Amino acid sequence: MSEFYLPEGLPAPSAAPDGLSQPYWDGAREGKLRIQRCRGCGAWQWGPEWVCHRCHSFDLAWEDITGRGRIWSYQRPHHPVHPALNGHGPYIVVLVELPEYGGVRMVGNLLGDPRQEVRIGAPVEAVFEHHKDYSLVQWKLSL
Amino acid sequence: MSERTLRGKAAIVGIGQTPYYKHGQSPDSEFKLALMAVVNACSDAGISPHDVDGFASYGNDRSDAGRLAAALGCREFRFSNMFWGGGGGGVCGAVANAAAAVATGMADCVVAFRSLAQGQYARYGRGAPVTSVGGDDAFIFPYGMMSPAQRFAMKITRFMHEHGIKHEALRAISLACYHHAQNNPNAVMRGKPLDEAKYDNSRWIIEPFFHLYDCCLENDGAAAVIVVAADRAKDFPHKPAYMLGAVQGCDHRSAAPVHNMPGYDSSHFCSLAPHLYRMAKMGPKDMQVVQCYENFTGGVLMSLIEHGLVQPEQANEFLVKENLIAPDGRMPLNTSGGNLAECYMHGLELVIEAVHQIRGDAINQLKRNDTAIVIGGPMVTPVSSLILGSEAAL
Repeated sequence: MSEFYLPEGLPAPSAAPDGLSQPYWDGAREGKLRIQRCRGCGAWQWGPEWVCHRCHSFDLAWEDITGRGRIWSYQRPHHPVHPALNGHGPYIVVLVELPEYGGVRMVGNLLGDPRQEVRIGAPVEAVFEHHKDYSLVQWKLSL
Repeated sequence: MSERTLRGKAAIVGIGQTPYYKHGQSPDSEFKLALMAVVNACSDAGISPHDVDGFASYGNDRSDAGRLAAALGCREFRFSNMFWGGGGGGVCGAVANAAAAVATGMADCVVAFRSLAQGQYARYGRGAPVTSVGGDDAFIFPYGMMSPAQRFAMKITRFMHEHGIKHEALRAISLACYHHAQNNPNAVMRGKPLDEAKYDNSRWIIEPFFHLYDCCLENDGAAAVIVVAADRAKDFPHKPAYMLGAVQGCDHRSAAPVHNMPGYDSSHFCSLAPHLYRMAKMGPKDMQVVQCYENFTGGVLMSLIEHGLVQPEQANEFLVKENLIAPDGRMPLNTSGGNLAECYMHGLELVIEAVHQIRGDAINQLKRNDTAIVIGGPMVTPVSSLILGSEAAL
């Protein structure tokens, strides 16, 4: 039994080619959820971009946040589209909204039974899945 | 200042297709398919390929416009244009860009085309065979979210949740496409009819709204249309299909990274559709046939709603097969079979079908055939749509 939600062999994330997302991946490695916040207007921003879409400041900070959110949407893929997933069976991808941080959304897997019923609006919290060379943010239902 | 519009300024006067194949089964190379489609479209228009002086395409088409112009011996080459973005979002945009070129005198005879041999290159339905991903993909690929279906599925889940629309509404879209394809000799799915039980029993691609038959095909082929200025449109053998309106783009920040677009559960036409109808000086009720790009049936549903063709609260009741089929349905949809059942020609087959309907020579011909709306590539960024019409609609 793998300690990871999905089989190994899927494409590994990288901050390449421009390094824009490096602080996020560094944070995940340390077990911290880190997103952008504009020093100009205070807006939270995700995914990463070089400029604030509200005030056009280029002075974007990276802040550690609590990983509390709720399920905004989900899917349960069955058909494998990558060799690493052949024969694996269904799995759950969730889109998680973070109400405390301007409603930004993050993508991840919902840990647990891949055939569980998924409820939109259910509270979830971030957990970290440490692979050899990178770490993924995953989500589990809050108790 | 004169009115800024494409309405009545350009027309499609030629259409051409190759045979359509299941992916990997084309005996001809992708570039040869492009050449064949252009030659066929010129033949339909009664012109020589030497007379073509521009090319417009989309979806990162690999058939280079300069090579096409050289191969075909085009006397002049005055317009080349590639619509940004992947998939079929640019299908109507490419036609509109061709129309803009001829309407403004930049060129006289522009081909809008798409050539696609998925069997010879990457298949859209597969994840890219890479070991590392950067940029936006780094935030989704490691979670097993790689194919177009997986990229769009959560938009549809959310939309259905918000509006209480049932899977049966999507099934009706698929049934209508397969129904129309059964009469179409060029349809890949001719001879493979679909009924409710076959649809319901088909395997899940993605729960909760992607059965196998909610997903487009993967095909090889090419298609092309010839666009000229309206004042020349009657110099060609077939009845012209005039451009009445066109839009391209998407909603506010639709391309925001990692699924952070403000209007998430959308096909991205909300702010575009009013511009389309304004240019056409028509409304949704004036559309006599609808050709709507099916990457996935959920994208069709959202596109129909965002173009005002279906009201969300009526979707469960209205989206039944009987309403969507030619010749007598209330809103005939994808009357050649579309991406689901004719061919995944990235939507250009839908433009060609709209022209057939306006000419009056479609396989599933409608009695009222003065207007047709074509909607391209929902859920990608940018998207595009257009309205074509007969001379009577001008």
